[in-house]
Amino acid sequence: MTTLPPPIPAAPAASSSSRHALVTALRSPLGIVASLLLVTLILLATFGPVIWGETAKVADLTQLSMAPSAAHPLGTDAGGRDVLARLLSATRISVVTAVLATAIGVTLGVLLGLLPTVAPNWVARVVNSILGVALAFPSLLLAIVVSIIVGVGVVSVTLAIGLAMAPAYARLAQTLGASAAGRDYVDAARVLGVSRFRILTRHVLPNVRDPLIVNASIGAGTALVASTGLSFLGLGVQAPDYDWGRMLNESLDGIFVNAAPTLGLSAAIVFAGVTFALVGETLARAFGLNRSPRRQRRRRGASNDEVAPLHVVDDPVLRVRDLQVRVPRGDGWADPVRGVSFDVGRGEIVGVVGESGSGKSLTCMAVAALLEEPIEVAASTVQFEGTELTAGGRVSSRISSAGVAHQLGARMAFVLQDPATSLNPALHVGTQVAEVGLLHGGLDRKSAHRRAVDRLDAVRIPDAAQRAQAYPHEFSGGMRQRAMIAMGLMGEPALLIADEPTTALDVTVQREVMSLLAEVNEVKGTALLFVSHDIALVSSFCTRVLVMYRGAIVEDLTAADLAAGRARHPYTRALVEAIPHLEAEPGTAFATIAEDAEFPTEPVGSRS
Amino acid sequence: MTTTLPRTDALATVRGRRARSSRGGAIGAFLLRRVIRLLWSVVALVTVVFLMVRMIPGDPVRNALGTNATAAIVEARRESLGLNDPLWQQYLSFWKGLLTGNLGESFSLHLPVTTILEQRLPATLELAFLSLATVLVVSIPLGIVIAALTRGGRRPGLDVAYTSVSGLVAVIPEFVIGVALVYLFAVQTTLLPVAGREGPNSYVLPVLALSIGLIAGVSRIVRVEALTVFSQDYIRTARAKRMSRRRLYLNHALPNLVTPALTVGGLVLGSLVAGTVLVETIFSWPGLGLTIVDAVRSKDFPLAQGIVLVYGLIVLVANLLIDFVLVCLDPRSTLKDA
Repeated sequence: MTTLPPPIPAAPAASSSSRHALVTALRSPLGIVASLLLVTLILLATFGPVIWGETAKVADLTQLSMAPSAAHPLGTDAGGRDVLARLLSATRISVVTAVLATAIGVTLGVLLGLLPTVAPNWVARVVNSILGVALAFPSLLLAIVVSIIVGVGVVSVTLAIGLAMAPAYARLAQTLGASAAGRDYVDAARVLGVSRFRILTRHVLPNVRDPLIVNASIGAGTALVASTGLSFLGLGVQAPDYDWGRMLNESLDGIFVNAAPTLGLSAAIVFAGVTFALVGETLARAFGLNRSPRRQRRRRGASNDEVAPLHVVDDPVLRVRDLQVRVPRGDGWADPVRGVSFDVGRGEIVGVVGESGSGKSLTCMAVAALLEEPIEVAASTVQFEGTELTAGGRVSSRISSAGVAHQLGARMAFVLQDPATSLNPALHVGTQVAEVGLLHGGLDRKSAHRRAVDRLDAVRIPDAAQRAQAYPHEFSGGMRQRAMIAMGLMGEPALLIADEPTTALDVTVQREVMSLLAEVNEVKGTALLFVSHDIALVSSFCTRVLVMYRGAIVEDLTAADLAAGRARHPYTRALVEAIPHLEAEPGTAFATIAEDAEFPTEPVGSRS
Repeated sequence: MTTTLPRTDALATVRGRRARSSRGGAIGAFLLRRVIRLLWSVVALVTVVFLMVRMIPGDPVRNALGTNATAAIVEARRESLGLNDPLWQQYLSFWKGLLTGNLGESFSLHLPVTTILEQRLPATLELAFLSLATVLVVSIPLGIVIAALTRGGRRPGLDVAYTSVSGLVAVIPEFVIGVALVYLFAVQTTLLPVAGREGPNSYVLPVLALSIGLIAGVSRIVRVEALTVFSQDYIRTARAKRMSRRRLYLNHALPNLVTPALTVGGLVLGSLVAGTVLVETIFSWPGLGLTIVDAVRSKDFPLAQGIVLVYGLIVLVANLLIDFVLVCLDPRSTLKDA
């Protein structure tokens, strides 16, 4: 038997689309503000010393530490020099130090970080352990260490901050490089014998680039703050040079006489820091690393005429009339469920089938009053055991009355698709099972726990008393799903909503869960609302089946009719035909529903 | 069917028992690995601190004593410091001194370095740990509350306001916040003392200066983590049990947020320790930060060396403590990450 080589997944295309995204990001309000600030900062850094440099040097000994005036908007310093002129002309040294330090940090960091990709393993291990120690050490302290060695001054500060930043960039490049190197297309390239260096330049670097640019931009802000901080401590720029940090420190001595220089300098530092941060944020959005929150304008969906149910049950457990679910999407609303009416009788097993996106799960969540704002749930009636859940035509997730909460909590149970995620990983299984008894059964902690153990035993969890103390991750998939059922059995459920309860389980476990659900139905008379996309399972397990298509129920038929091929709606028939048959002629293609297939949304099959 | 069911259960039980009995062992092994890693880091730290002074270009003693000192004085000082010995011998005696609590004598203060460290360390530790506690106590609830209020695209106004304000505050360096506090509380009002370490009131401003920016940053991360937790299936399971919001957040969401919040706490600890240097300078706080700045400026290398060592140890030990707390609180994810 021969195996074909797997197709090589293409590396994500970058340049043209990312340029477009950059333009879009720059046109957003954030992008405009960021660019304006950046241009101002660049202009100040370039022309500041040229324009104000001379004024800044003029020391007027008759005007020492003066308060702000028309001639000196921020006053004068202890040497009689104009603070504003000094502040503006100091922009260059602060910005240049920051940018140079960042350049040093990024270059060194990337070299160190990508070294393991091309170098032998032992080099990687040594580099990693050194990075680990360096990373634990705060970068300002690293900078102080470097300035102890190199001495104080602007050059050593730049070098110190650059060196201190390198470990963080090395780690970043390493993480990004490792994740890029782990992708399928890089593996494919490696299998094809592409050299390590070429893999690095062709496949790894392009994926590292975007996050690195974003982080460098944010890092420049950090570097500016760090160099200002070092100068503030007196370890950075030395007289006669001056930067914002040194000026800030000097201005503190005179803060009681004239606070204006202090405030002006603080504002300048914050301005520069914010600029770099906003530029980083803009770039992050442009590269799609950060999703921008979309503003949503709300528009009401059109209301339909009430949809009549296809099958009416006397004294139902659940009665739903004209249920509509609206979800905000983009500028308007999507209507994933539009006018659904049905009944679930006592002890009935009602299946809900349909393709993904047909509104099955949303319908279940909506009737259980579990959908929260901004999703809107409207209905003319949702009655659970005669209790009306709608108020003013809406089903709200906030249940105001304690009585209704007790009823829903104790009499309506859920089993969700993925038992691995639907149990709380931080709490003991027993605690989670017992909670309903504590909340709605009027039990104290001890008896709730005892009942939880009993329920776990009832769903055939071995060693239930001991297992109750375990965490969900210590359970197998099937056991977790049975624990979910046990949780539902803490009360006396009249209705159990099972939303694809077996989809995430493997086939052998599926059967245990199904038989347990059948047992619950048989022994306790609990009605089941069983959501599945598996039409074969539904037709064998349920008594009645609702077929959903595009947010509406298009057919309501007995499982017997469905199994016997008596479905009348074209969509139902298409679903039935798509079931693979074991007896099918080998080589025949699976029947599928074409993606662009259109079916009528008009329901058929009123039998009531 | 009836035969397969018990068998899988029995297997799972055995597996579960083994997992539980070996959990204690796994935690022990994890902690042992961390302690070994700490020891390696300490060796690296000591080596760097030792080499730091030896890497200073020129003669550190000449540097420190200035040009007025005679060659004989410089030579005598070099001899007494052991700087004329071969490097490996100096390294050994550095370790020996370290283990016997002898870090040399400060050039400028003429006191044993360990004495100065003993005097100054408590002030810095108090500042750092009070600030860390403040950051955690404020930012975890804040992040969770904001996440609860803005989840699922609710209250877009609050979302934008919180994101912009916290983003701005997180960018402001602690020394600018400190300076602003001085302005507000010393120049505009005289509500709180702005210098020294006397009485509980004197702690307020330094702790605030250190915490405010970190609160903004950490609460943002907590909010993102909380939003992730709120969208999990198990929160839907909990909501299906119809409990109060309070119970939902405290009993079901919060336990899942402790690990990420503490991890973030560990990450900010480094910048917090660094921040103490700046904040101590602003508020004349008699801690290590104020001392190291003076030591570097006066080229008092033995003292600077000792303080760098202590800072490094604080960060390393604090990280170990956080790992320790994490593995006890949440062995599953901590052990998985390791």
